[in-house]
Amino acid sequence: MTDTAAGKPANNRVAPPSALRRHGSQLGIISVGLVMWLSFVIAAPAVFTNVNIYAAFAQTTPQFGIIALALTFVVITGEIDLSFPSVMALGTAAFCLVTAYGGAPWYLGLVVAFATGAACGLLNGFLVAKLNIPSLVITIGTSFLFRGLELVLMNGTGVPLTAKEYPAMHAIFREPVFGFPVQTLWMIVIAGVLWVLLNRTRFGAHVFLVGDNPTSARLMGINVVGVKTGAFVLVGVLAVFAGILTSIYGYYFWPTTGDGFLLNTIASVFLGGTSVFGGTGSVIGTFVASYIIGAINAGIVSAGINAFYTQLAFGFVIVISVVLQIIIERRIRRQSLTGR
Amino acid sequence: MADTATATATATKAEAKTPVIELKNVTKTFGEVRSLSDVNFAVYPGEIVGLLGDNGAGKSTLVKTIMGFHSPDPGGEIYFHGERIHEWSVARARSLGIETVYQERALCEKQPIWRNMFMGREPRTKWGLLDVKRMREECSRLMSDHMGFTSAAVHPDNVVTTMSGGEKQGVAITRALHFDAELVILDEPTMGLSLTETKKTLDFVSSIKKAGKSAVFIDHNIFHVYPVVDRLYVLDRGRVAGVYNKSQISMDDLIDRLYRVARTGELE
Repeated sequence: MTDTAAGKPANNRVAPPSALRRHGSQLGIISVGLVMWLSFVIAAPAVFTNVNIYAAFAQTTPQFGIIALALTFVVITGEIDLSFPSVMALGTAAFCLVTAYGGAPWYLGLVVAFATGAACGLLNGFLVAKLNIPSLVITIGTSFLFRGLELVLMNGTGVPLTAKEYPAMHAIFREPVFGFPVQTLWMIVIAGVLWVLLNRTRFGAHVFLVGDNPTSARLMGINVVGVKTGAFVLVGVLAVFAGILTSIYGYYFWPTTGDGFLLNTIASVFLGGTSVFGGTGSVIGTFVASYIIGAINAGIVSAGINAFYTQLAFGFVIVISVVLQIIIERRIRRQSLTGR
Repeated sequence: MADTATATATATKAEAKTPVIELKNVTKTFGEVRSLSDVNFAVYPGEIVGLLGDNGAGKSTLVKTIMGFHSPDPGGEIYFHGERIHEWSVARARSLGIETVYQERALCEKQPIWRNMFMGREPRTKWGLLDVKRMREECSRLMSDHMGFTSAAVHPDNVVTTMSGGEKQGVAITRALHFDAELVILDEPTMGLSLTETKKTLDFVSSIKKAGKSAVFIDHNIFHVYPVVDRLYVLDRGRVAGVYNKSQISMDDLIDRLYRVARTGELE
């Protein structure tokens, strides 16, 4: 429909990009998801026609998927954040300290927890964007910092988060809504908000520009430091959200919360078609990819395949998707060089 | 309107007016490298100023200082319409109507044209959200109306990587022109362009003057610069080696002096 707006089609040397080119990576990821789902259904029909398996996915996937949605922003700006598992723990620890030990109401605990996440994001953003330290290195450092702080504050002990002690929290973060897993409802709402943030706000527009070419962005007056810091703060806050979701789901805050979340989350972002080089990426892609990653584990086990194959399957899916992405990107670049 | 434009056209008359932008005693050092030393530079309303100088003379640094990308060392002063400006930044400069077409074009090549066109000043709806529809439509209109380059009929959703050098330059120039800039700075705009594309760029420079606006035109090629400018600055090793009204100097004379300054550092 926008094609007719191009003016004089007769003069068009370059055609408008096809829907395939524009939404290629998103369509790709959706078809990968469908193919995987179909093969699971064929391999284990009894399991995959049963609604319980989907209810299980829908409860566990958002625990890392919500962070992946936010991490997409950081990756588009050309950076990475490896500290979010520790932020999950530190933020949830802050919640426990304020409510269980401090006696404050749950909502105050949430405010303190999210503020903690935002502060972690600010620190990461400051170190990466303002001081220009490679994010791959410095977020490993801050990861230890946040985890260490959490362990010291909690003295290495956990906190029970029972429905009796925290009825409101369980209602918000655990109880199904009309039988639908609330975790996935949260993921849908957050994905919707982040889609608008990325595609319909100046901040989102600048996220793309900063990741594509930070020098150009700066020459055009874009606050590169501010944009990158904003993306890190987003990850910080949503990591805490995921930490609370995970802990309430397990009725208990473990001081090791976040362990084992790193690779799933990062894999979801890259599988979702977000460029490893920055500048391109999509919220929808990450959303679908999160559920694919979440399904692989359960799918393989239910299909009767030895669970040792899970990691292998993960590896294949991630390596193949990143390789395909790079090949497509190179082809587009070569086409532009040869003028075809 | 047209009268005032022609009246201010000659540099001598313009001298009496307040410059659009003026730099006083601007020095810029990067570590131990002094890129600009004690530069005084002014552009008057309706004037096209040429900026000549060898590689490393400080042309790009001067441009980026005017644009607020670099801030001058302490002691340097920037005036906009006679008013001293302390908090100078790219966003500030652009909001006051100073636009630059950079040598490196300053495009984000993986992004569609419409995102590049509105980079840094994206229009928003009344709810504060990005007005993507307007950006696409406006971009499409600008491309057919203004980007008079040979194969400019490109779709706003095309990614910049897929475009030719001339088309990319078209995007950069249209971006500067579209926002009704009062002062347009062109940093080597003809570099890597075909003959027809170069001519269109030069026509564009002349059109800025016709519209009563000012421009700074930087180019290696004196044959491009001389015909369109009113006044010329010659930069050499970070300092202003000479300032000429075009009426005072012929092209041959200017070429002789440029050779001399390159060899000896002295114009006379």
